[in-house]
Amino acid sequence: MLEIKDLHASVDNKEILKGINLVVKPGEVHAIMGPNGSGKSTLASVIAGKDEFEVTKGQLILEGHDLADDAPETRAHKGIFLSFQYPIEIPGVTVTNFMKTAINESRKARGQEDMPANEMLKLIKEKAELLKIDRKFLSRSLNEGFSGGEKKRNEIFQMAMLEPKIAILDETDSGLDIDALRIVSDGVNKLRTKDNALVVITHYQRLLEYIVPDFVHVLYNGKIVKSGGPELALELEEKGYDWIKQEEAV
Amino acid sequence: MHSAAAVVERVFLYNDTQHPLKKRKMAYTEEELKKELETKEYEYGFYTDIESETFPKGLSEEIVIAISRKKEEPEWMTQWRLEAYRAWLDMIEPEWANVNYTKPNFQDISYYSAPNKKPKYDSIDEVDPELLDTFKRLGISLDEQKLLAGVAVDIVVDSVSVATTFKKTLGEKGIIFCSISEAIREHPELVKKHLGSVVPRKDNYYAALNSAVFSDGSFCYIPKGVRCPMELSTYFRINQAGTGQFERTLVIADEGSYVSYLEGCTAPSRDENQLHAAVVELIAMDHAEIKYSTVQNWYPGNKEGKGGVFNFVTKRGVCENYAKISWTQVETGSAITWKYPSCVLKGDHSIGEFYSIAVTNNFQQADTGTKMIHLGKNTKSTIISKGISAGKSQNSYRGLVQVASRAENARNFSQCDSLLMGDLCGAHTFPYIEVKNKTAQIEHEATTSKIGEDQIFYCNQRGISTEKAIALIVNGFSKEVLNKLPMEFAVEAQKLLEISLEGSVG
Repeated sequence: MLEIKDLHASVDNKEILKGINLVVKPGEVHAIMGPNGSGKSTLASVIAGKDEFEVTKGQLILEGHDLADDAPETRAHKGIFLSFQYPIEIPGVTVTNFMKTAINESRKARGQEDMPANEMLKLIKEKAELLKIDRKFLSRSLNEGFSGGEKKRNEIFQMAMLEPKIAILDETDSGLDIDALRIVSDGVNKLRTKDNALVVITHYQRLLEYIVPDFVHVLYNGKIVKSGGPELALELEEKGYDWIKQEEAV
Repeated sequence: MHSAAAVVERVFLYNDTQHPLKKRKMAYTEEELKKELETKEYEYGFYTDIESETFPKGLSEEIVIAISRKKEEPEWMTQWRLEAYRAWLDMIEPEWANVNYTKPNFQDISYYSAPNKKPKYDSIDEVDPELLDTFKRLGISLDEQKLLAGVAVDIVVDSVSVATTFKKTLGEKGIIFCSISEAIREHPELVKKHLGSVVPRKDNYYAALNSAVFSDGSFCYIPKGVRCPMELSTYFRINQAGTGQFERTLVIADEGSYVSYLEGCTAPSRDENQLHAAVVELIAMDHAEIKYSTVQNWYPGNKEGKGGVFNFVTKRGVCENYAKISWTQVETGSAITWKYPSCVLKGDHSIGEFYSIAVTNNFQQADTGTKMIHLGKNTKSTIISKGISAGKSQNSYRGLVQVASRAENARNFSQCDSLLMGDLCGAHTFPYIEVKNKTAQIEHEATTSKIGEDQIFYCNQRGISTEKAIALIVNGFSKEVLNKLPMEFAVEAQKLLEISLEGSVG
């Protein structure tokens, strides 16, 4: 579904991604791990289309279509979802209003009409329950005054509402306590189908016990230097990132 | 060369749901407008002699007298103006506002130009396409566009006139709604009693100037106990560039009456005049209520900040016992906006309200706010001010809440919110609270938020385009104030906000 071919990307003329190759097929869960500064969040931002980053070489192909010139909102309409590491606040815009606009914009892009209000309300209720989100949250301004955990849960709530084809979770586990982690992971797992895919970016192995990956990749210095199955994550946990750094130095 | 296609001094837009001609303001059809124009043209037919008269530039006692003569004013009015002019000569232009501008040259302005029936353009193709594009996006029909831009419109002879119907309904209730010039001639007792009672001629520099040279404006009187059945609007006052400069408005709501008055227009006014120094006086007698809504979109200057209107306005209302005055404004235009619609809560149990959205973009500057003066007992005031700054603009809120020593039990709630779009604009708040009575309860809240590229990207990633994202954000921010506007005005104002803030982030 998603093919990343020799992707190079820079910001402020500094190259961060130095040739990423990755293939994600429908139904798969890929984990991307790596030390700080390896380019994990950059990869997420580049896939989402943040224009701060310049793609200098390579391709990003979603379902056979090159994303090169697509604006972030177009990529979203095509089914890409990014759960942000630091979800930003948008004062004055309620969660409900935001979701309604997002859903209807996607529908518009597909040539559909706005979702009728009662259907929207039902959907919101259903997904809020899935993530054990209190209805009070829905009328609050987006992310304003939310704790770290609440923000992440809200991200997954949005994912549930938008039903993307491929979701990239950028360090979703950071800032979550054990209970929140469980709730969020449950939610993510419930959303998995054989037609969608997941890319989970994380530092720690712990999240991967809840969201079990099919493939684990290690990103170091802008490149994927090692790939394997779920056991690779355990090996990393045991040996630490220094192991990778040493191997690369050789 | 001053123009407008039509000599319509006022078109009363009918808002009564009972009337068979119920129509939304913006959907005011070509047909109705044509009928209206036809009638008006006949009425004003005799003005053709003074068609193209414009006074030479400059201001002097002679000019003031000439203005008064042109308007066929009684001697007392001429004297009133002269006293104002003499006072103005001794006053100094104020400089305390948080705005920077080149001072207007008062001798370089012509202080009178007559209504002119000749259109500016022969065809709509000659009009600035950007202006037309804005009209289109605000939902203004093609014929209305032509009128607003000053393009010739064919007038069809017909007997039914919408304005005649309006005037009849108003007349039946004893409501007077006419130009201030007409009021000076036809209702001198009312004008003499109230003109300058709320904003005295010596109140400030611009009020003095206005009092000397005002050439047009609205007069409204609602008799005791009467609820005005429609929103009075000067929306389609299609006067040419020139007379809009020094407007004088006087609204008197007699005991127990109610009126909702709309001023302004969402359509941008390509006015060449730099200075607009209007004065609005509102008088709400015992148990009366005046709702005064303004949507202002004067030319803000180009993207480099050149040109643009200076909007220096004095607006004030006085409330007697149990009276209420609400000011609601959406200000998106003008290069400089300097105004403080205020309420003097003179009567006991009187209420003053101020709801405002002020938008500045590119190089605009605004120093706007309100003054709530609590004099009577058990008075209440509410201030909700929303400032949105974008581009390189500066937006300041300046508010005064004053509680006099005899004002027992005064209550005030103020909320000032600023929204900054991008990194180069500024928002400032100057709240002044002067309380001389210890039973007063004053609350003030202020928030500042910023919309930057990160918020926009977040919205983009959820499938929301940048344009839509800005609209969403600005709407969420402003809805508290937009809700206070009469409904149709609110819809237009919303669209106007979106258009004003285009391209403001990223």
